Amino acid sequence: MSEEPVFETEGVVKKFMFVNRKAPYGTIYPLEILESVLISAAFDQDTSVAFLDDGVFQIKKGHDPKELGMKNFSPTFRALAGYDIEKLYVEKESMEARGLTPDDFVVKVQVVPAAELGKLMAEQDVLITG
Amino acid sequence: MLHTVNKSPFERNALDSCLRLAAPGSAILLIEDGVYGALAGTAQSAKVEAATRTHDIYVLGPDLKARGLEETRVIGGIKVVDYGGFVDLAVAMGTVNSWL
Repeated sequence: MSEEPVFETEGVVKKFMFVNRKAPYGTIYPLEILESVLISAAFDQDTSVAFLDDGVFQIKKGHDPKELGMKNFSPTFRALAGYDIEKLYVEKESMEARGLTPDDFVVKVQVVPAAELGKLMAEQDVLITG
Repeated sequence: MLHTVNKSPFERNALDSCLRLAAPGSAILLIEDGVYGALAGTAQSAKVEAATRTHDIYVLGPDLKARGLEETRVIGGIKVVDYGGFVDLAVAMGTVNSWL
């Protein structure tokens, strides 16, 4: 007779970084990542969120996807602070290549060069990229 | 012929391939994530702007709007069309080539 495995998860806090690399509305990836971010917050994890490549377009101000029959999920990024998720990073090179500045974003972020973001990634226990 | 491109030029090479192969005088319509290729002031803008001199380039307005991209940020030589305009182009240009 096999015994039920026991997982000691109470009080375990890991460093999670969610890495957004895809533009909003073209695929379902950004929404799925955002759901995962909220789940990690519900479990009181040490969560950070990074935006690079076309992921920087997810936080562009002024989304209005009504005519596509889709929901504008960008305001949710502003609500993350309420879940104690305050580490939001944008890769500087990706932002600049797309003609964007921090004023274009719906939420306050830390703009960091690729080398620095790479170091932050290396410090994580779990990386979820999409 | 009408070429449609629905991938971001920052992520895929669909727009590059389309611009390389589309015959002069054919029309190119940027849709879905392809609309990022219509923005001025990006690392992709120069080649798209150059292509407006040999091709009629269009971008789908509702896809710009969904992504918060103001029409003022679109490259000068690119025309913004709505869904009706998309249909008109497909009818007028005959064959449609979808670069996926």
